[in-house]
Amino acid sequence: MLKLYEQTTRSRLMLGTARYPSPAVLGDAVRAARAEVVTVSLRRESAGERAGQAFWSLVRELGVRVLPNTAGCHAVKEAVTTAHMAREVFGTTWIKLEVIGEDDTLQPDVFGLVDAARILCAEGFEVFPYTTEDLVVAERLLAAGCRVLMPWGAPIGSGRGLNNLFGLTALRAHFADVPLIIDAGLGVPSHAARALELGFDAVLVNTAVAQARDPVQMAAAFAQAVEAGLAARQAGPIEPRDLATPSTPLIGTAFRG
Amino acid sequence: MKILVNGAWRETQRDELAGALEELGYGGSVVSTAVNGEFIAAALRARTTLADGDRVEVLAPMQGG
Repeated sequence: MLKLYEQTTRSRLMLGTARYPSPAVLGDAVRAARAEVVTVSLRRESAGERAGQAFWSLVRELGVRVLPNTAGCHAVKEAVTTAHMAREVFGTTWIKLEVIGEDDTLQPDVFGLVDAARILCAEGFEVFPYTTEDLVVAERLLAAGCRVLMPWGAPIGSGRGLNNLFGLTALRAHFADVPLIIDAGLGVPSHAARALELGFDAVLVNTAVAQARDPVQMAAAFAQAVEAGLAARQAGPIEPRDLATPSTPLIGTAFRG
Repeated sequence: MKILVNGAWRETQRDELAGALEELGYGGSVVSTAVNGEFIAAALRARTTLADGDRVEVLAPMQGG
């Protein structure tokens, strides 16, 4: 079981809810992923269309916990106000805090992120900050009151996997007791398995599932991958070596001596 | 009175936020609101007075990653 603030979850796969071909496919993908947490957002509502109301009904029917985000926010005040609005609408103190600093990479503005995290943690929010693998930023976020970190694997939607393996491994080693969730940039299930093998606690996937040719099948594949990665981590992987070591015992080898 | 609702100018006869939302068709919707960048909790909408030119954001649940 994974403990995130005061809540526990069995699933190590969180799913984003955006960019699916249809609401029905989204629902099937969440079930195939066996996800217990999905991310949601807030957007301007048209009084005529009421699209948000239909979406919210669908999510509630799925019976999953929601993790609202502050996607699209570029300033601390925007992010903090969006968090307040999300808490009211979704009825949760969880917030996936995003403060975007650069539009081409959607890289977090880590300075604004720390400032916003400090404000929201002091107000009782349980903050899941979308951050980089930077150790110093991670320290500042924890000092601000965060008890979970969400480092990126690669830029959002890029599908590149774990871009900075060394940095992410260092982050995992440095904060051994902090739940770390790889958020963003995963493209295929092997990326997710790798993250779990490295000791990350969970992954959050959206585009890789939603934009797959068959999102439901891909969701199931990611679910299997995180289970395999977690099992491998718990089983204790061997250390990589530079030279070969024979797996078949050499004692008693024929034609020797 | 003219107010800017989600980036579009709208006319309302009501001068409090709750009434304006009702008049503009948001009655019964699960939404969250802000006026001039400040969050206004649902419980405060009836007591929140609007002025000509105010910027009102009306947000609802949406897909997100």
